[in-house]
Amino acid sequence: MTIDSAEGHRLEEIRAVPLRHPGRWAATAVLLVLAAMLVHDTVTNRHFGWGIVDSYFLSPPIVQGVEKTLELTFIAMAVGVILGVGFAVMRLSPNPILSGAAWLYIWFFRGTPVYVQLLFWYFISYLQPTVSLGIPFGPQFVHMSANTLVSPLVAAILGLGLNEGAYYAEIVRAGILSVDHGQFEAAQSLGMRRAQLMRRIVLPQAMRIIVPPTGNETISMLKTSSLAVVVTYPELLYKTQNIIATTYEPIPLLIMASFWYLLMTTVLTIGQYYVERYYARGSSFALPLTPIQRLRRNLTTLRRVPFSTSALGEQ
Amino acid sequence: MVRAEAVHKRYGLLEVLRGITLEVAPREVMCLLGPSGSGKSTFLRCVNHLEKINSGRLYVDGSLVGYEERGGRLHELPEREVCRRRTEIGMVFQRFNLFPHMTALENVVEAPVLVKKEPRAVVTTRARALLDRVGLSNKVDAYPNQLSGGQQQRVAIARALAMQPKLMLFDEPTSALDPELVGEVLDVIRALAEDGMTMIVVTHEIGFAREVGDTLVFMDEGVVVESGVPREVLANPQHERTKAFLSKVL
Repeated sequence: MTIDSAEGHRLEEIRAVPLRHPGRWAATAVLLVLAAMLVHDTVTNRHFGWGIVDSYFLSPPIVQGVEKTLELTFIAMAVGVILGVGFAVMRLSPNPILSGAAWLYIWFFRGTPVYVQLLFWYFISYLQPTVSLGIPFGPQFVHMSANTLVSPLVAAILGLGLNEGAYYAEIVRAGILSVDHGQFEAAQSLGMRRAQLMRRIVLPQAMRIIVPPTGNETISMLKTSSLAVVVTYPELLYKTQNIIATTYEPIPLLIMASFWYLLMTTVLTIGQYYVERYYARGSSFALPLTPIQRLRRNLTTLRRVPFSTSALGEQ
Repeated sequence: MVRAEAVHKRYGLLEVLRGITLEVAPREVMCLLGPSGSGKSTFLRCVNHLEKINSGRLYVDGSLVGYEERGGRLHELPEREVCRRRTEIGMVFQRFNLFPHMTALENVVEAPVLVKKEPRAVVTTRARALLDRVGLSNKVDAYPNQLSGGQQQRVAIARALAMQPKLMLFDEPTSALDPELVGEVLDVIRALAEDGMTMIVVTHEIGFAREVGDTLVFMDEGVVVESGVPREVLANPQHERTKAFLSKVL
């Protein structure tokens, strides 16, 4: 391609000899050798037990465990998000009692190990054998045994959800603080009340900051849900351990469980990517193409030779 | 429409307003002029109670701003009432402050629907008419970051007008604009003045103040130094401080 310059010279497109990168070749060679060793070992080392991994991967108890893991992850995460948004808004409230209470909650639940919190909810009936509904310090109307109320699922939800709420409150607070102060003033000058401006103006903008760590937290929650083993909640790791206890094959079964966790976190990662794009609307950064868009673009540009760099910026 | 009696405002030890007394009549355009830090913007923000005043009295449309006088004492107004009164006062900011996650049309439609509970269809029709009036009928679906500064500020004016306010406050509406975009925003404000909107405009545009303003108020260090008909004040300033300021900006 040649371009006529203003002075009338013909400017050749530059076709220089590319810079050589010997370091890259050396690093590639080293990594290839290491990868070959790893592959060799995984294929020849029979202790990996690939046959066992395969035979249990889709077995009914494992699939049930996966379902339970997903169920617990989403409920606990939902509890965490709702509590987190609530406590973040409270924490930033001009009311000192509300903001103090939110501070106390975050301090306590972020400051103690989630493992201990789970055990605590599991053993709650030692502390509070019955749970009653009624007037504080007055007559009580409904009595329930804590043991029936706090099932393994409830204990797991309380343990993971309350802990998540404390972390999530700080994420939401960071998001709210990232919104330009002028946005608050503009909304106030239009007569919006605090709750209205939070819901319609501030939180949607805070989402751009909140969403990436939310994906992170959800993935983290999916893995942390395996701690629910201690409250005998029958999720994936619990089911896996049951099988290990009867087959004495820990390595293949733990590999199998890890594959499931990887599969689930991968799906979540893809979901996060698209949610982030949604909340980037109106932001100053141009959205990168999705892999599918990129594939389509590459297929169409392949037909339209030569390769064009201007395709990068536009949507 | 606006009456200020010895309004004082302090931030800690810093006294920003030191006894502002002035009055804006209905349909009047008052231009506030003065060096930065003189308290012009602060005064504007007191008028719609974004800032609380420390002493004096401030009235908008006959009622006290932010308070209610009962039994010889001032009572703070509840949030609901403060917000209701703000709906009658439009404000335009130096940095536009459009909602970046909404299109131009959504920016204009949002508050009347959310705050005044007006039917969305009615507001949308009005919002389109307002955007047309500020010359942006072809930008209704653009997000703020796709608009130039002048266009953003015109959307911001339409957004304030959509609430059908009785009073408009402009806080240096053209200070953040490229020089070539200042005109389009001033034209919109001028047209609004001709329609009889009551306005307080904090500005550094002397020409605009002279042409459009009914009154010009020159402020410095938290007090009103002098005020009067813009043409007279600008041609024949009485105070040394005003003379010094005008000699720099004219």
